[in-house]
Amino acid sequence: MKEIILTPKELPDVGLIAETITPDLFAGKSIGKIASLLIFAGNQRKKLGDFFEVAGKSADDASDTRIVIKGDITKVKMVGKGTKAGEIVIEGSAGMYVGEEMRGGKITVLGNVDSFAGQTMRGGELVIKGNAGDYLGAAYRGDWRGMRGGVILVEGNAGAETGLFMVGGKIKIKGNCGTFAGVHMKKGLIIIEGQTPERAGAEMTGGSIVVMGDTDILPTFAPVNEEKNPEIDGEKLKGTFQTYSGDHAERGAKGMLYKFV
Amino acid sequence: MQESLSKRCTVASDVVCPFCGTLCDDIEVDVKDNKITDVRHACRIGTAKFFSVLEEGRPTKPLIRKNGVMVETTVDTAVKKAAEILKKSIRPLLYGWSSTSCEAHAHGIAIAEEVGGVIDGTTSVCHGPSVLAIQDVGCPSCTLAEVKNRADLVIYWGCNPMHAHPRHLSRYTIYPRGYFRERGHQDRELIVIDVRKTDTAKIANKFIKVDYGRDYELLGAIRAAVNGNEINAEVVGGVTKEEIQKLAEKLKNCQFGVIFFGMGLTMTSAKHRNIDNAICLTKDLNRHTKFSIMPMRGHYNVTGFGEVLTWQTGYPYAVDFSTGYPRYNPGETSANDVLQRGEADAALIVASDPVAHFPRKSVEYLAKMPLIYIGPHHTPTSLLADVFIPSTFVGIETGGTAYRMDTVPLYAKKVVDGPKGVLSDEEILERIYKEIVRGK
Repeated sequence: MKEIILTPKELPDVGLIAETITPDLFAGKSIGKIASLLIFAGNQRKKLGDFFEVAGKSADDASDTRIVIKGDITKVKMVGKGTKAGEIVIEGSAGMYVGEEMRGGKITVLGNVDSFAGQTMRGGELVIKGNAGDYLGAAYRGDWRGMRGGVILVEGNAGAETGLFMVGGKIKIKGNCGTFAGVHMKKGLIIIEGQTPERAGAEMTGGSIVVMGDTDILPTFAPVNEEKNPEIDGEKLKGTFQTYSGDHAERGAKGMLYKFV
Repeated sequence: MQESLSKRCTVASDVVCPFCGTLCDDIEVDVKDNKITDVRHACRIGTAKFFSVLEEGRPTKPLIRKNGVMVETTVDTAVKKAAEILKKSIRPLLYGWSSTSCEAHAHGIAIAEEVGGVIDGTTSVCHGPSVLAIQDVGCPSCTLAEVKNRADLVIYWGCNPMHAHPRHLSRYTIYPRGYFRERGHQDRELIVIDVRKTDTAKIANKFIKVDYGRDYELLGAIRAAVNGNEINAEVVGGVTKEEIQKLAEKLKNCQFGVIFFGMGLTMTSAKHRNIDNAICLTKDLNRHTKFSIMPMRGHYNVTGFGEVLTWQTGYPYAVDFSTGYPRYNPGETSANDVLQRGEADAALIVASDPVAHFPRKSVEYLAKMPLIYIGPHHTPTSLLADVFIPSTFVGIETGGTAYRMDTVPLYAKKVVDGPKGVLSDEEILERIYKEIVRGK
């Protein structure tokens, strides 16, 4: 695998829209060509090289290309948008929309990410070592099909409305999760190893949510039974879980909520 | 206008009141020597708005900040300075728009596109959550005329029209005699759901007190009851299961029901998910009877801004033109988010007062950047402005189109002439636009 190393220079306060930072666009391009890719700083059309030192070498094929970003890029949005193959490693915190519309490959963020990470993701792997913001793996505004496939792993905490309108894939949060986890969910799996205050699975009609920590369950969920070491979507869980079906505010809802007891 | 001999003044009739989203269009205004002497039919708030044009110390000359002091200048200089600020900025914010005409909105959007800015309306701190919910789950709505002629069950949830929209009940919902509701309020039932017994609740047939921030759970429980599902709790949001089931039966068995909701739903706890659940409840009820839902829009033309922006860009508020095409995502492109992340570097504020109403952190950023303010009054925002261009009152001193809360457009008439030399928002914005594109 060949590596391209991006070192951020001084980044402007207005924020950057850098949807061009993806292995698919870097593959087969020289350093000079990569440095001249389009980036928006506010309403200014700029070049990637204006904000990043570009070094290394890219492979001919996206799947052989790894992009390493050395440092914090909290003001940079849409890194890895629509990634189909290859790898991105962000050695710091990232801004909004990391891995938005991702279809394959792998993105690893060593720090935190802002909101809308993995929005409408279809495939691939998004690993966040720090915390994630709101709308992790959610749908775009007004879309009733959110995350369709792939895996999101958060080692810290996640914000509100994680997995909004989820129709497939897997989200695993090792820390705590904000309110409305899996709201309007239709399919897929969300595992919250910490606690989530309330309203997990609100208006869900399908899919599964597992909560290991404390949570207040909505009055429109009905207790079903206790399950020991259940296996959900190929994920083996250890311990005894109280299961609830819901959300029965919806007609014919078949969602399942597993609460660790 | 007709001559009224007894009072020796002209009477403007069928005037549209430019205050709230109810947009009453039956106001009569007496005018003598280009001065408003009496206002009839309007509520107290509307009347006060008409008389506010006579306010003492009203600004009539554009002001521009020089060495920290606001000095009087000409409109031409102020327009030039405003255009210069907007052209230089790399992420300008254009905010406000709810208390001006759709004609002014069109020019504002043209400026936003030309300078690659972010344009947002007061919707973003008001019924923005309603918009998000409507985009997620749709909105079975109707016009206020339908409510007047057909509704036999009216619900006000998290709003207090007796104070905020004083003529809403008498013009459209409870008191008027409608085509199918010949006996007026005797043919209708009013239910108020709120966290406290408001003045609207006091006149209701039924008042349901919900616990603070528990509207979402209550809405879900009512939906479960309407859909014939079990509620897994004895009390939800302070309301007993029996009461919820009785309410669900009542909703299912009315002939034409309507839910009006306000900030009590949009700005508490679950925010847009409250509205989402309320809309889904309306959808569920339509399996049994006819039900509609409508937001109680505040400023008289806040709906109009959403309409104009949607027709021009496809999105109703928080539109970002920085990449050359409209992008929309409240949370990223809404005014407070752009300010609190410190992205904006100049602002044009029209017909609103964010300095008085935004969170402190947003105002701190607004204070740091060059600020252009267009509006008829001195406000906290005008005090922070670097360029202040006073304008006329739309619907009193200038005509213009406005949209009622049920998205019915009405033409707000001109009643009196504005102060000499003061232009309308529309004219000022058009001149700024022309200045920006000049020489391009």
